[in-house]
Amino acid sequence: MSSQGIDVQYVADLARLRLSADEVATFQKQLSDILGYVDQLQKVDVSSVEAITASAPTSNNLRTDELKPSISAEEALANAPVQSDNLFIVPRMVE
Amino acid sequence: MEYEAVIGLEVHVQLKTNTKMFCGCINKYGGLPNTHVCPICLGMPGVMPTPNHDAVVKTILTGLMLECNIATRCKFDRKNYFYPDMPKNYQISQYDEPLCEGGAVTLNLLAYPKDAQKLETTVVDKKVRLVRIHLEEDVAKSQHDEGQSGVDFNRAGTPLMEIVSEADMRTPEEAFAYLTALKQILIYGNVSDADMEKGQLRCDVNVSVRPKGQEKFGTKCEIKNLNSISAVRRSLKYEIDRQIEVVSEGGTIRQETRRWNDVKGETAVMRIKEQAHDYRYFPEPDLLPLNTSLGLRSEAEVLMPELPSAKKARLATQYGVSEYQASVLSSEVALADYFEKAAEAAKDKGLVANFLLNDYLAINSDLSTIAVPAPWFSELANELTAGKINSKQAKEVFGLMVSDNPGNLTPLEIIKAKGFVQVTDTGALEAWCDQAIANGARSVADYKAGKVAALNALKGQVMKLSKGQANPQTVGEILEQKLKAL
Repeated sequence: MSSQGIDVQYVADLARLRLSADEVATFQKQLSDILGYVDQLQKVDVSSVEAITASAPTSNNLRTDELKPSISAEEALANAPVQSDNLFIVPRMVE
Repeated sequence: MEYEAVIGLEVHVQLKTNTKMFCGCINKYGGLPNTHVCPICLGMPGVMPTPNHDAVVKTILTGLMLECNIATRCKFDRKNYFYPDMPKNYQISQYDEPLCEGGAVTLNLLAYPKDAQKLETTVVDKKVRLVRIHLEEDVAKSQHDEGQSGVDFNRAGTPLMEIVSEADMRTPEEAFAYLTALKQILIYGNVSDADMEKGQLRCDVNVSVRPKGQEKFGTKCEIKNLNSISAVRRSLKYEIDRQIEVVSEGGTIRQETRRWNDVKGETAVMRIKEQAHDYRYFPEPDLLPLNTSLGLRSEAEVLMPELPSAKKARLATQYGVSEYQASVLSSEVALADYFEKAAEAAKDKGLVANFLLNDYLAINSDLSTIAVPAPWFSELANELTAGKINSKQAKEVFGLMVSDNPGNLTPLEIIKAKGFVQVTDTGALEAWCDQAIANGARSVADYKAGKVAALNALKGQVMKLSKGQANPQTVGEILEQKLKAL
């Protein structure tokens, strides 16, 4: 997505954010600026550099397949605004 | 105009591990709601996932079994969406660097539905190519009531493979065979129980139609809510007919998701989403990349099982069973294992295959409930081979052994209890033969007149006289000699 082309309203819809027209304008500028920096970064030739996703050169931080205790349903549901029969109750999801 | 369908499948498979993908909660079907959960699989803020080693190895193993290229390096990504089944608002998945790419599923003859196996149009051993296999986490399960939904996180975080096929299938029967063959391989590798009823294997179907000979794909529809392999076949049959009807009447197919109603036997359009999916994938910053060359791939290679096609070939040569019997035996790893134990001590392995495939499966098609100790097959077969009982008696013993055996008697004990002995004493046999010839003037005359089949009537008489204990083969030989001498 180019820095000019960012559609703030669309991104806000995806993120379930309700923005006023003023906010859209503010974020339009801020996000465009950030993407402008990214555009600059993208000009750097990194074809000879291997991608990393972490600062330390490491991989395969895996866990052995061993059981750990779970928490109780009571604890799991402690913050649920509505619950019933051990289930989290939410507004009906439309398929 | 003649139309053809173009079908691609997306299959989700739950891996068989002790624990979930990113936490140590038990990976187990069912249980009271929200009892197999912790802050990680509940998606609480601030928690850190750690991938399950065995889930990664089993996904690589699946890739190896399906002839995929295994990535040397891959990573996890966040797939962002809002839905109560995933409260952290993203699913950890793999986007542009899946663990496995390419590969294929081979549609062997027995994978097709029974009625399609005989059809000329059935393409045996067709290869359906795979696009990719990636590893992700399953989401919570929801149930819907009036005005509200209930969410259970026991399933959330279960290691899940997504296996995506190319749009290589052309008929509902090929889709059926693809799922059957894929399921067979998954069970062979012990990577999943792949039980569709338990949601361990779930399938979304993409289907479009086009005039035969046209290269360009038509507009596709996605079908959801398919809970069995036969539902996949039936829904495709319905949907293909529907699309052809629309197109041949000059209409256009809308790209939409349709829901299969198994009771009505039809698909119906689901709510059309106004916005196309935009999951805004980005690399999961909480997880390190995977490097499969640092032991993970070689661990998977060690787990590589003998695959169905190799097992089939070995059973045929090692046990001398027919190619068809070898295919049936190798269609289920449990059946093949049972056969090898059942045939171990048998002198004639083919007899055991016959007992198992013709006699046993006729009574009981579910092998998981087979209560007969495997060595009994060899014991019974050897009695028959040694001529101590005849084949009719063997069948009777077999029937008692598998379905009417309250005393849990071995075949030898049943034979003894029934007083089964096969009379091979020629003196006794000759006497019965003489009697049968004396009483069967008409059959004798027929035989003399060239009706070879008349011999069977006489043979039947002898068997009756011997109360079924005569050796039928010897009886036949004696009768023939006697009749020729008349």
